[in-house]
Amino acid sequence: MIPVLPRGVRLHWDGVRATHVLLAPERTLMLDEIGHAILSRVDGVTPLSALAAGLAADFDAPIAEVEPDVADFLLGLAKERLVDLNG
Amino acid sequence: MADGARLIPPPIAMLAELTHRCPLSCPYCSNPVDLARREAELSTEDWADVFRQAAGLGVLQVHLSGGEPASRRDLAQIVAAAREAGLYVNLITSGIGLTEERLTEIVAAGVDHIQLSVQGTRAETADRVGGYRGGFAKKMEIAEAIARAGVALTLNAVMHRHNLGELPEVFDLAERLGARRVEIACVQFQGWALENRAVLQPTRAQVDEAKDLVAEARSARAGRLVIDFVPPDYYADLPKACMGGWGSTGLNVAPDGTVLPCHAAQTIPGMRFANFRDLTLEEIWYRGPAFAAFRGTDWMPDPCRSCDRREIDFGGCRCQALAVLGDAAAPDPVCRRTEGRTRLDELLRAEGNAPDLEAARWRRIGG
Repeated sequence: MIPVLPRGVRLHWDGVRATHVLLAPERTLMLDEIGHAILSRVDGVTPLSALAAGLAADFDAPIAEVEPDVADFLLGLAKERLVDLNG
Repeated sequence: MADGARLIPPPIAMLAELTHRCPLSCPYCSNPVDLARREAELSTEDWADVFRQAAGLGVLQVHLSGGEPASRRDLAQIVAAAREAGLYVNLITSGIGLTEERLTEIVAAGVDHIQLSVQGTRAETADRVGGYRGGFAKKMEIAEAIARAGVALTLNAVMHRHNLGELPEVFDLAERLGARRVEIACVQFQGWALENRAVLQPTRAQVDEAKDLVAEARSARAGRLVIDFVPPDYYADLPKACMGGWGSTGLNVAPDGTVLPCHAAQTIPGMRFANFRDLTLEEIWYRGPAFAAFRGTDWMPDPCRSCDRREIDFGGCRCQALAVLGDAAAPDPVCRRTEGRTRLDELLRAEGNAPDLEAARWRRIGG
């Protein structure tokens, strides 16, 4: 499964509020550090499993815990058409 | 307080009404009845300045609207200026006045998302409501061009007594056009719609059926089509937080540069609005008297003041209180916890036998 941000959905640094945000049609999501770490790795090429492995390594956390959390996060966004999951 | 600015959050969204000009004459237009003329409109440079100031203030998304924004020949430059300022650019259009060539320029300028409005799903009803023959066919052409360009598309369907029966077809049309979202917005009675309330007000049976259809479509089309549904206020029991609370999340810049807390605020008598040509957006947002007038909870009358929902709905819509009760500082008459609701129920009863659409007053400049 390869996550991708569809056209019209993009990450943005909000300098006024000093936070990362996800901008989308009629939606603005303020992202926490983890949310941003996940979405900044969504490039339309990296499969979910590799993306989770990268995060697990960077955050020094067990992949068995990271992968289901990342999948839940992305599936939730996919339901709202903020992320597309290909393949 | 000495420096209230510290307690006021920055705005997130801005509605930029680029022009009041529009080839359509929908009788529910949210523009004021007294429409601004072309000579009064802000220039391209003015808008670029508005966008820079807005982004600096904390605005993240700009909604380019009108009138019909495509009536501005400089629309692509306006889109480019908004993107350059760092804003997410949402174009709200009827599609009339756009061509594939103009669309290509707008896409190249960086538009993030397009909301295409339809007045119905069948040419005969849609063109009758919009008062523009051939309009529906043109919209469908431009919708296909948007799909070819790959831009995120939302279909906006404005619904009322005379087209709510087409609701199931709206979902199909949205998917056929490749839209990821559809907004089903029942007419809210401000501006021209207020003039035509009796003609446009749906029946309770229509509203109940629409709610069921929306619930069904949401589950059947989950993951494909996101459905936003705005039911008509008058059939609700509790008010909505207008603009997420007056002066708390959004602002509106009218074609002539007047800066408003909401698009209907100019109907409120005695309220004075600053113009972008005279003051900065920051001064207007943080210190403008019109923004302060109904911000927060201090202005509230009873029973809002002691209500447990006061920070949920912020007293509802000021313009609706004015339209129905003649007092912008009264609680929103939609609220069943207030005396004003009696008046709203009387109106619904009186308008139960609505006249036909032909009785509507059609929108026009210099009306």
